[in-house]
Amino acid sequence: MPVESLFPRLEPLLPQVQKPIQYVGGELNSTVKDWDACAVRWALMYPDAYEVGLPNQGVMILYEVLNEVADVLAERTYAVWGDLEKLMREHEVPQFTVDGHRPVGAFDVFGLSFSTELGYTNMLNALDLAGIPIEAKDRTEDHPIVLAGGHAAFNPEPIADFIDCAVVGDGEQAVLQITDIIRAWKAEGRPGGRDELLFRLAVTGNVYVPRFYDVDYLDDGRIQRVAPNRSGVPWRVSKHTVMDLDEWPYPKQPLVPLAETVHERMSVEIFRGCTRGCRFCQAGMITRPVRERSIEGIGAMVDKGLKATGFEEVGLLSLSSADHTEIAEVAKGLADRYTDDKIGLSLPSTRVDAFNIDLANELTRNGRRSGLTFAPEGGSERLRKVINKMVSEEDLIRTVATAYGNGWRQVKLYFMVGLPTETDEDVLQIADMAKKVIQKGREVSGSRDIRCTVSIGGFVPKPHTPFQWAPQLDPAATDARLHKLRDAIRADRQYGKSIGFRYHDGKPGAIEGLLSRGDRRVGRIIRAVWEDGGRFDGWSEHFSYDRWVRCADKALADEPVDLDWYTTREREWNEVLPWDHLDSGLDKDWLWEDWQDALDETEVDDCRWSPCFDCGVCPQLGTEIQIGPTGQKLLPLSVKQPATQG
Amino acid sequence: MAYSAGFTPHPKVSYAGAAPTGVASEAEYLEIGVATHCDPARLRDLLDASLPTGLDVLEIVEAHGGNLPERLEASVWELVLAGVTREEAERAVGVFLAAETVEVQRMSKNGMRTFDAREAVIALTVTTPDANDAGHQGVDAGSTAPCAILRLVVRHTTPAVRPDDVLSGLRMVAELVTPTAAAVTRLAQGPLDTATDSVTDPLAPDRAASAEEHTSQGGEELRTGPQGGAEPVVEASNR
Repeated sequence: MPVESLFPRLEPLLPQVQKPIQYVGGELNSTVKDWDACAVRWALMYPDAYEVGLPNQGVMILYEVLNEVADVLAERTYAVWGDLEKLMREHEVPQFTVDGHRPVGAFDVFGLSFSTELGYTNMLNALDLAGIPIEAKDRTEDHPIVLAGGHAAFNPEPIADFIDCAVVGDGEQAVLQITDIIRAWKAEGRPGGRDELLFRLAVTGNVYVPRFYDVDYLDDGRIQRVAPNRSGVPWRVSKHTVMDLDEWPYPKQPLVPLAETVHERMSVEIFRGCTRGCRFCQAGMITRPVRERSIEGIGAMVDKGLKATGFEEVGLLSLSSADHTEIAEVAKGLADRYTDDKIGLSLPSTRVDAFNIDLANELTRNGRRSGLTFAPEGGSERLRKVINKMVSEEDLIRTVATAYGNGWRQVKLYFMVGLPTETDEDVLQIADMAKKVIQKGREVSGSRDIRCTVSIGGFVPKPHTPFQWAPQLDPAATDARLHKLRDAIRADRQYGKSIGFRYHDGKPGAIEGLLSRGDRRVGRIIRAVWEDGGRFDGWSEHFSYDRWVRCADKALADEPVDLDWYTTREREWNEVLPWDHLDSGLDKDWLWEDWQDALDETEVDDCRWSPCFDCGVCPQLGTEIQIGPTGQKLLPLSVKQPATQG
Repeated sequence: MAYSAGFTPHPKVSYAGAAPTGVASEAEYLEIGVATHCDPARLRDLLDASLPTGLDVLEIVEAHGGNLPERLEASVWELVLAGVTREEAERAVGVFLAAETVEVQRMSKNGMRTFDAREAVIALTVTTPDANDAGHQGVDAGSTAPCAILRLVVRHTTPAVRPDDVLSGLRMVAELVTPTAAAVTRLAQGPLDTATDSVTDPLAPDRAASAEEHTSQGGEELRTGPQGGAEPVVEASNR
């Protein structure tokens, strides 16, 4: 059946909304394929505004991987702002893709990538605008399969009623496997309807279908057990792990946004996974093991990507980019190659040591040296042992001294508040550290024109981490601690004016905590919040804590649990956690031991350079650490052709 | 690509008389500074290929001095008013043109602004779509519903009088009702020929200069001309 473009109906609405260009599509390297020539069609959503969603690497990779298959098409859709939503409802224009402006409801799969749980209300809104029933049980064969992925999908229970399935882990191969299953099922004439398709996905052991699992609760509100309710469905669903990143050099043709977006650069993922073992870090835990892209692979991706896009900045992405075994050669090679071409290089997520300054200097050879960011995360040495972030104060001061000595004017320090076992004293040490940084900086640079910015986020305990059992600090206590620290910084006459202080209040963190460690009962709250008008919860100007609290109270009125139960309560060793049946490869006993080590302030090393600590991932998933050095060159030598002279 | 000097170098691109958001255009002009001399036709092809569908680089002409924005004295606009009869439109236009001034209001960054929309209007005429009309943006070909088309020649002034300001004016002085949003297209921009009330080619001086160089130097156009400072002029359309 032909599917017509909604653009003629959308276009008259666009002059009436803010930033209409975000809805028109047609970006460089975007793809529109013939609808009828494709057997399987995916609508991919990053459930936030275009300006946040477009640069998302995950969606960009899957978009390209899927579109490379001849009989498969993938298009993108983003959350529409309130002004357009109102007009779309008034004029009955459904949720559309920005590529072909096709209705999302017409696709076979509606895949959503959740980097954060705060996108859940935007998912409900998109489903509703698309004309897809909010709850999975109300959908028919005519509706797309609603699939969740991304880091938040490692505990999809809060959205279990709204999604048909979830994929945990790397998506590149998973989307192709799912595509094959859908293609075969359609070719056979859709035997057994929607239920059969979901069953075929579930039996792979790689796709979680919530409807095939029942959750029983104890009288006190804890989970008694989670069990499959039909034979053939596995007890646990495993995460996907892509091995050999060099075989997956995506995105090859990054999208070039038309409207302004949060990142306007080309990104190359230089490795995936991290075994530094920071106990608060969900990303580090769930993406193990470390798999490096080779120096040659990086060089080729940068070269091709720049030619395909014209971007002027290249970001070398990973969870701890300076840990790549050949990062020095990569940085020098790229700087040699591109500095003259006005191509900037950036290295986000770096750790605190002098080696990083050398790297940063290399990347800014001819450019400006404005600011460097380091993340000690914990204010006191004791707390850094608890979270396994092994940075001594001495290291930090030495590092910043080198930075100021090399002409950097500003250092930004990132911390968390509300970490397990934290006291006011731990947090107040952040002020002392910042003062020492400025003192040392003035001494080394011989200038008073240097700054240090302290940036603080509230800690949210996440599933599949050693802190998954930890109590979360409530918003009032979080705010009180932040205010004490702010006052301590401001009160300092000698250094206070050189120290910036940036923080967010503790309320959004509490809701993120609810959604992170919630179970299926939390779905009612999400739905109530959305029905009450909740959208764009990741935006402070749209987030309403009061609405979430009100809806939580109402939705959980008949349950023995409440908002605090989900957030500030410490869990016991024997509690069944809502995500236990989703296998990240991490051994639960190892996680518990690591949690006990945290409480004992015992650190754990990185398994890349020390013996295995038996976290469980490699044997459980049949994976291995893949790192260099390879000893290869960034790019094969090539001679630029001199311009023809007349 | 040439870059500005300074702490944060920016590519040298300047947009002259850019159309407002939400209108179509067949005549947008911009100037691009390039670091080395290059073939305008090849640059056109490369730029055109990297732009989204509907944004076409029609032509690149090498600049030979002079101020392009100053040459863009006036614009020709087409406004398709679905649901408005020719008679209604002609009556309203008559009242508008007969007025000395037509005060209109528009929301700007600094709040509501009131200005005259009449003086800048050089010409304003009414037509209707031909049968099977496919040449006008926003016209439903073969439809029998009433539809009037305005052709507007407007001088570029400060504040700029935009097509929607003229529509506001028609509403103010003659209570012209437009049931749906007007489909607006810029047809041309350039020097104003006051004898004929028409707009001429703003790139004519650059074309003439290029042709002259071409003749005098035996056709080796790309190896002559100013080195390192050539500024091709791009004519773009977003229809």
